[in-house]
Amino acid sequence: MGSLFNLIFSTTFGYSVLRVTTPILFATIGAMISIKAGVVNISMEGTMLTAALTAVVISGYTGSALAGLIGAILIGMLLGLMLAYFALNLKTNIILAAIAINLMASGGTIFALFVISGDRGISSSINSQMLPRIIIPVLDSIPVLGGIFSNHNILTYVSLISVFFVYVLLYKTPLGLRIRAVGENPNAAESVGINVRKVQYIALIMSGAFAGFGGAYMSMGYVSRFSTDMTAGRGFIALAAEALGMGRPLGILLASLLFGAADALSNSLQRFRIPSEFVQMLPYIVTILGLIIYAVRQTNASKRHKAEDRV
Amino acid sequence: MGRRVFFEAARTLVAIGAAFVLALIIIYSVSDDPGFALYHFVVAPLRTTRYIGNILEMAIPLIFTGLAMSMMFTAKQFNLGAEGGFFIGAVAATAVAISFDMPPVVLPFFAILAGGLAGGLGSTVPAVLKAKLNASELVSSLMLNFILFWFGIFLINNYFRDEMAGAMASHRLNPDARLIRILPGTRLHFGIIIAILFVVLVYLFLFRTRWGYALRMTGQNIKFAEYSGINTTAVIIYSQIIGGFLAGIGGAVELLGMYSRFTWFQSPGYGWDGVIVAIMARNNPLLIPVFAVFLGYLRIGADVMARFSDVPSEVVAIIQGIMIMLVTAERLLSGWRHRVVVKEQMKLEQLKNGGVNHG
Repeated sequence: MGSLFNLIFSTTFGYSVLRVTTPILFATIGAMISIKAGVVNISMEGTMLTAALTAVVISGYTGSALAGLIGAILIGMLLGLMLAYFALNLKTNIILAAIAINLMASGGTIFALFVISGDRGISSSINSQMLPRIIIPVLDSIPVLGGIFSNHNILTYVSLISVFFVYVLLYKTPLGLRIRAVGENPNAAESVGINVRKVQYIALIMSGAFAGFGGAYMSMGYVSRFSTDMTAGRGFIALAAEALGMGRPLGILLASLLFGAADALSNSLQRFRIPSEFVQMLPYIVTILGLIIYAVRQTNASKRHKAEDRV
Repeated sequence: MGRRVFFEAARTLVAIGAAFVLALIIIYSVSDDPGFALYHFVVAPLRTTRYIGNILEMAIPLIFTGLAMSMMFTAKQFNLGAEGGFFIGAVAATAVAISFDMPPVVLPFFAILAGGLAGGLGSTVPAVLKAKLNASELVSSLMLNFILFWFGIFLINNYFRDEMAGAMASHRLNPDARLIRILPGTRLHFGIIIAILFVVLVYLFLFRTRWGYALRMTGQNIKFAEYSGINTTAVIIYSQIIGGFLAGIGGAVELLGMYSRFTWFQSPGYGWDGVIVAIMARNNPLLIPVFAVFLGYLRIGADVMARFSDVPSEVVAIIQGIMIMLVTAERLLSGWRHRVVVKEQMKLEQLKNGGVNHG
């Protein structure tokens, strides 16, 4: 147990928490924007996967990691647009439409990879690029902090900055106000002249863009290739992180870090004598526990409200 | 009522048609010999008994997971746990089939029952969380799929693994537990009869029992159901438990019918396929087998095509996705439907007015 303690309070562990949190955080931010607008996007999983492949293919063929990143973001936005069109114009149930996107992405990426490169499942023949790591000048030389916070992939920093960005967007801009108004009560929003459909389109496209960032990180930062179903449920974990973070920017950051820590722990615990299957389960068990905690708090809060109403 | 069915059917046909057009475009753009590929996709699977057997044997798990999903969707519970239920059901059946010595018929019966119970037990978690805490069954069931998968792998690895087998595999199942083959020249097994039996049972449950009525009412309008005195909390729980039970039975039947050992170290994905089947069948249990066979036909066709031509079988994933999106697109054809309804109404009005004038 002592070595487990040492493990958790080591700089390497802190570093790896941030490293594995990044894709979850991107997906959670995306999920949060969509949920705030009242249109839950559960296609983050498939969108990230598609973006991960796009990043590998484009960076491989152009030789530019930046081009790969832009391609990933654009494909993410395109899938967000597609989901919005089906859900808002054709009135497909948004959950079913998102499931369709996830299923299409899972098989479609394998299909596209094979057609493009002849590779089966892993993009071994594509010479894809990596996004750069960044050494932060002063911070890097500080003992513990430097080891944890410096020398990360550039997108890790982007994901942290995005939390701040999304806070400003949602709470300090007119668009953010509209997004929240539409999510709270679309009829009321409509009555004060907000174009509900347009706002929901924007929210879904933005959530796709964040999934695009997450996908690009998966294949050009976390690892340096695409492989079948490499997102491994992170897009779904994002939904739980959003719920656990209670839809607040700081909350989702902490929730994402928690899931990241569980994930990092499952990577490191494999060295200890715990059956690896249980270690693999850990992030998902934490997710369900988080969901329970969130739900209990919600239930208590609504009970309190009811009690106050009666008084 | 008749008109509604007509337009739903029309939309399904349009969706399938659009998906096939898309498939054509894809095949023509990636293949060097599209005609050859297309032949193997569409025609070849229907030409030999072996392929038809393959289609039907693939339909069996799809019927079970389709029934499971339609049960939960009918109650408007977005529990996506059929994937985990199917997997853990197969694990439970493996455990029984390896550990016990019982006569034929009895052993598979208990193995399948164990599978169903395991699946039902699994989906109790999202069901109770939803009913008691109002926690999203969508998220918890998705997480549970991963947990059940790794738990199943743990059980097989630690208690039933055959160290002698080269790859990761369980011990051989007791031959008495296996389901018998029923069509010579194919692997089609007794599971198809069990599947049809469950189609009938689910239909009777939903449309001929009080519980089924409560379940359907809750799905249509939970507030209204509550005010009419239906115990909607109970519905939320039992609809999901039955769904998990059906998925678990599906996993058990698939394992006992098709395998001599447990060899899945990747979830086979039939739970998600069940979503496709349930949506295509509009949650109607009697239509589930039809679309399960249809999906089986698409899959086998894609496999045959991949084997003989240069088009990978995953093309079918894209076709399925488009089908789901269009089938559930309520606005699709709604303009046409609207015009027809208006025209009929006007005719009716004219008739009425005409009648008044005469009188």
